[in-house]
Amino acid sequence: MDIKTIICGVFLGIGCFFVVVTAIGIVRFPDFFSRLHPAGKTDTVGQALIFIGLMVYEGFSLISVKLFIIMVLIFIASPTATHAVAQAAFLKGIIPWKKKEKK
Amino acid sequence: MFDIASIVVTFAIMLTLYRAIKGPTVYDRVLAANAIGTKAVVILVLIGFAYGRPHFLDLAVVYTLINFIATIAFLKYREMGRLD
Repeated sequence: MDIKTIICGVFLGIGCFFVVVTAIGIVRFPDFFSRLHPAGKTDTVGQALIFIGLMVYEGFSLISVKLFIIMVLIFIASPTATHAVAQAAFLKGIIPWKKKEKK
Repeated sequence: MFDIASIVVTFAIMLTLYRAIKGPTVYDRVLAANAIGTKAVVILVLIGFAYGRPHFLDLAVVYTLINFIATIAFLKYREMGRLD
């Protein structure tokens, strides 16, 4: 087996792990503001790892340059969109979740 | 390899769709839609590699920009009530 394919497979595996963790976090967290954490950070890292794996598989060509452009665009756009959602929700007055106090 | 990765990403999209349908507030749905858009770009590139069609990358660039602009436009409409 080629060494490029092995490196690509490892990157794809770690990236898919991060993407699945993102989905589980969005489903399972108790509050809107805590759901921002998986959607803003883990998703960005997951797609970046998958694109790095594909760039290693492809080598240096026009396709890998396009992959790099997509990766940088998502790297800038996804946290910005998450921050905009957080600010809009905070200005609309959604109360952050707190742990219930024991009586 | 690419097909297994795209199946895993599809599974993640289905999990996120649960939050987009059930979410208590509007912002949960916007957040889930943004996450689904990012995953859709990933799955588009993976399917392009699996079928050997590199033209899909141009579609992925356009989809990234549309996803970002749609989220910002919806939030602005929600906050100000108009888009101009």
